[in-house]
Amino acid sequence: MEKRVVFQSRWLPYALLAPQLAVTLVFFFWPASQALYWSLLIQDAFAARTQFVWFDNFRDLFNDPHYIASFQVTAVFSILVTVIGLTIALLLAVFADRVIRGARLYKTLLIWPYAVAAAVAAVLWVFLLNPTLGVLTHLLRALGYDWNYLLNARQALILIVITAVWKQISYNFLFFLAGLQSVPKSLIEAAAIDGAGPARRFWTIVFPMLSPTTFFLLVVNIVYAFFDTFAIVDAATSGGPVQATAILVFKVYQDGVQALDLGGSAAQSVVLMVVVIALTVAQFRFVERKVQY
Amino acid sequence: MVEQRPLGAVVNHLVLIAGVAIVALPLYVGFVASTLSFDQVTSVPMQMTPGTHLVENYEAVLLHGSTAASKAPVGQMMWNSLVMALAIAIGKITISMLSAFAIVYFRFPLRKTCFWLIFVTLMLPVEVRILPTYKVVAELGMVDTYAGLTLPLIASATATFLFRQFFLTVPEELAEAARIDGAGPMRFFIDILLPLSRTSIAALFVIMFIYGWNQYLWPLLVTTREEMYTVVIGIKRMVAGGDALIEWQYVMATAMLALLPPAVVVLLMQRWFVKGLVDTEK
Repeated sequence: MEKRVVFQSRWLPYALLAPQLAVTLVFFFWPASQALYWSLLIQDAFAARTQFVWFDNFRDLFNDPHYIASFQVTAVFSILVTVIGLTIALLLAVFADRVIRGARLYKTLLIWPYAVAAAVAAVLWVFLLNPTLGVLTHLLRALGYDWNYLLNARQALILIVITAVWKQISYNFLFFLAGLQSVPKSLIEAAAIDGAGPARRFWTIVFPMLSPTTFFLLVVNIVYAFFDTFAIVDAATSGGPVQATAILVFKVYQDGVQALDLGGSAAQSVVLMVVVIALTVAQFRFVERKVQY
Repeated sequence: MVEQRPLGAVVNHLVLIAGVAIVALPLYVGFVASTLSFDQVTSVPMQMTPGTHLVENYEAVLLHGSTAASKAPVGQMMWNSLVMALAIAIGKITISMLSAFAIVYFRFPLRKTCFWLIFVTLMLPVEVRILPTYKVVAELGMVDTYAGLTLPLIASATATFLFRQFFLTVPEELAEAARIDGAGPMRFFIDILLPLSRTSIAALFVIMFIYGWNQYLWPLLVTTREEMYTVVIGIKRMVAGGDALIEWQYVMATAMLALLPPAVVVLLMQRWFVKGLVDTEK
């Protein structure tokens, strides 16, 4: 779509674009190209000597069991966050859609976690599940379940999954609710007249009609779990115990900022860039094809 | 709804109340902890009703910071967060409105190139290119400055895209009429386009304010002096020490203070918030 009516000026459009282009070039293209370049170098910690090594960093990366392990942790983490998060949000949205009185109040009470910073959310949950003081830890102990996420790898993963799901519930809930409200009421009424009960109506009409929303949320949640959960991991577990929760974005930071392995970290950045681009392309492809019945 | 079953309504409300309660649990426990004394917080099990140290704890963190870990007052950190959130929100809206205006309302050489240069930034979150960006900022001498804190996050295509989509829906007749009346492009922009964009601006402002306030990784790298910490970083520094040293009543008071401004923005501007969420994702 293009405008027919346009303004004429030799310099004005460039002046209008200048601020955004300047910021984009300096803080986006320059660093991104640096990352690409660094990923082909080996540098010692004090940047005294650098050596061009072609794709050695990438080869080392995929031969590194820690990196493969980090890939696996990230995969498990993002599947759990996506599946659990979407299930809970869909459940709440279905019930909120059926409620007549107080619907707005429920909505208000469910959307505020979106406003909470990921790191703050992590600290709140760490406090609830703290091995010595946590209120929930105490409850779990009373039930005979020993909880200590500082020692137990599986429990550390559970902690970050809970936090990530909690933080993303508002977002998923709002989109599911909007999706549900756009399902034509006449279809549901017709099914009800034909004798279909609530469960049957949901699985045969509502759920298929929701598929564009579900697919959209699927991609958004995977991207969220891959990239936006750095703060949760760093504030809750710092990747521990023994790297059990070191997801890929956390490892980029850990290897680059803490271990000063610039080449390795840059190579990881490049791998992540490829992942994001693939996800974005997948999203555009499918959104255009409109997943629906 | 199709059929009215009294029992069904009760079940609906019960499920929703359970959901709301689970979602609110960390907030409630955090709030209770922020009103207790150190001895009360560290006694197991912790009491579940608010204590009497609310004013004392909040005053302590706002003016003096925590005593064990980070000694910077949280009041200062809140100010830093506010500056950062406002600068990012206003900066993003300003530069992206201008560039969207140029792309939609002008024809000029390299227009497509400019558009694509901006568009590809959609694909790469800060987390991915964090180290080289840090290096650039360090070379420019912007570590520990508000400029270093905000400028790299202002570069994003989402807002430009949103305004472009919106400008394309503005009726052609308006620009035509403005031209016939002899109004220049900037006059048209300020008198017609800007007032028409009010709801888009409000929606975007809510989203970007929250985004800016809640930033974590970038301020963690770029602030090294305590007086430049944002409140989110301040909390992280407070819990970074050993378990025994953490003064949870202060940490929780700070957490409550950190989540209050964005939560208030979301709740008061709920309509624009929902619009903003939907707009920025399409």
